[in-house]
Amino acid sequence: MKFIDEFRDRELAHGLAAAIGRAAQPQRDYHFMEFCGGHTHAIARYGVSDLLPANVRMIHGPGCPVCVLPIGRIDMAIRLAMDEGVILCSYGDPLRVPASGGLSLLRARAALAGGGEIRMVYCAADALRLAQENAQRQVVFFAIGFETTTPPTAVVIRQARALGLRNFSVLCCHVLTPAAIASILESPEVRQWGSVRLDGFIGPAHVSTIIGSRPYEFFAAEYRKPVVIAGFEPLDVMQAILMLIAQLNSGRAVVENEFARAVTREGNRKAQRMVAEVFELRRSFAWRGLGELPYSALRIRREFADYDAERRFPISYQAVPDHPACECGAVLRGARRPQDCRIFGSVCTPENPVGSCMVSSEGACAAHYSFGRFADAKVAP
Amino acid sequence: MMHGSGGRAMAQLIDELFLSRLGNAHPGAGNDAAVLPAAAGRLVVSTDSHVVSPLFFPGGDIGCLSVNGTINDVAVMGATPLYLAAGFILEEGFPLADLARIVDSMAQAAAAAGVPVVTGDTKVVQRGRGDGVYITTTGVGVVADGEDWSGDRARPGDRIIVSGGIGEHGMAIMAQRESIGFAADIVSDTAPLHGLIVAMRASGADIHVVRDPTRGGVATTLNEIARQSRVGMMLRESEVPVQPQVAAACEFLGLDPLYVANEGRLLAIVADADAGRLLAAMRAHPLARNAALIGSVHQDAQCFVQMSTKLGGRRVVDWLSGDQLPRIC
Repeated sequence: MKFIDEFRDRELAHGLAAAIGRAAQPQRDYHFMEFCGGHTHAIARYGVSDLLPANVRMIHGPGCPVCVLPIGRIDMAIRLAMDEGVILCSYGDPLRVPASGGLSLLRARAALAGGGEIRMVYCAADALRLAQENAQRQVVFFAIGFETTTPPTAVVIRQARALGLRNFSVLCCHVLTPAAIASILESPEVRQWGSVRLDGFIGPAHVSTIIGSRPYEFFAAEYRKPVVIAGFEPLDVMQAILMLIAQLNSGRAVVENEFARAVTREGNRKAQRMVAEVFELRRSFAWRGLGELPYSALRIRREFADYDAERRFPISYQAVPDHPACECGAVLRGARRPQDCRIFGSVCTPENPVGSCMVSSEGACAAHYSFGRFADAKVAP
Repeated sequence: MMHGSGGRAMAQLIDELFLSRLGNAHPGAGNDAAVLPAAAGRLVVSTDSHVVSPLFFPGGDIGCLSVNGTINDVAVMGATPLYLAAGFILEEGFPLADLARIVDSMAQAAAAAGVPVVTGDTKVVQRGRGDGVYITTTGVGVVADGEDWSGDRARPGDRIIVSGGIGEHGMAIMAQRESIGFAADIVSDTAPLHGLIVAMRASGADIHVVRDPTRGGVATTLNEIARQSRVGMMLRESEVPVQPQVAAACEFLGLDPLYVANEGRLLAIVADADAGRLLAAMRAHPLARNAALIGSVHQDAQCFVQMSTKLGGRRVVDWLSGDQLPRIC
């Protein structure tokens, strides 16, 4: 495939691996967090870790929108379908996230009796179309994701208003990347205890196409952590690792852009304007594993209140504690590895996920279980 | 509902729609069961229910799928498929023209495969309680004494062959269902495989396991075999054939072609020494021109199926858990 295979080329990968091997100084080690689940997925799926020297360690970050969705938010979506009888539209991968009472959106769908429906959609526009086709039904789009998926949600809200739709609304759970990075850098494990060493970040690709690379300059300057924005192909990830090593070796801490084919410093101004028109900052938002983070998420502005499911329906967020044995929170902060969790692979598996990191294929636990657990087992060949 | 009541309307439906298309040459037509001559060897029986949406898709429909799928389940045991039985569950209001089209397709597939439908059943459920039409087919075949292809016979050292590009059926269905425009040229691979299997047997290769990787795809089928045989497997990603348009559609949806369904492909596990011979015999058959040697079997008490990636790394190729769900971004 043009523009795909080129970024998975074996010869180039080996060349990059050799360059990383030469650049990584044997007397030191390097700890990098790949922020996005897309990076985690690529590293696991293509076996990138096998090509890295032993003193370069990758730490999975919280950049999976499904993993950071708290139970209480899924509960709200389920209540909309079960109690309010709406057609609840969701992207595919939140469907299996465990919610309260042994439910998930998929299990709730199987149990629905009161006229509500739960449907999987591929894009926000599909949800809007459903509303147009079902004028007698209330249709709610369960909008989750980082800055990447936020502009399409803004577009459908604007379209719904332009069309005068009275049966369409959005349960807004959009969250913000910089807030999550700040939370990690401010976490006790990183700042006080030193139990998590972070030498630099591989910054998000798709998110940065929207917000640009500039928002990360603060982290590089304030915390002295190099950031390299990188694409999700394995060669992108390897190139970013090489660039991070080079920065550390030379004592620099700046934002560099490996994903120059899609990311600029300023980002997509049109998308930013649209998002700003429809959304505003929430004072606080609960993240799974990270807790309540100030100004870390978006809500729908008052001007578009008619399209806000939280105002249209009698639902409110209620915090629900995670399973006591689940260590997703620590995994999301890089404080624990998936295989260090005592229920990993036994009680908690992709078939029966206890924590959110085991649900999405972008989740750190699911990626390690599905692609990398042979390394724990020390099996042949 | 009249067509399922057991009265005149049902008899009319059977006569005019089913028997006229699927044939009534066999003794037993019009009776409650087919009476068939006994065959020498051991009987192989397989049954499969087909629920597919959409009912018509590029390269096929639920009718030919229900015939080919069950023929393949019998054939991959090394058996010659002899007869099919078919059960239909129709939803009230399902257009008879569509039903006729489906039954015509079954008839053509059965005739092309030389495996007649000898008995059947029809039920009608209320509108809203079905999905148009469901078809269950049961296949009967015969396997010679001494032939023993079974999922527990893979041995360390064996080689793994796939008969062609993977994921084409599943992505043809998904492209149709989700209206993915650029994937319009993906056509289902649905086909009866018993002819190919005759050619494989004729090669004289020491074949240990043959299986068609339908739901769950190649990954799940290999995990099933690995568990049955208590062995591990190592695939080479660069050798697994995937059509570019299938790969592109999978990329677009965030799916892995290793887990996407096939309906006209098979996996063969063969003794190392005979792998080249079997591969050549398969490539000479029209249904396996793109057959490829994709990996090998090794000793592993934990039964991991692994893959050496195109990049040079290694990963697990795990069981499919639930349905593959598209990723958010």
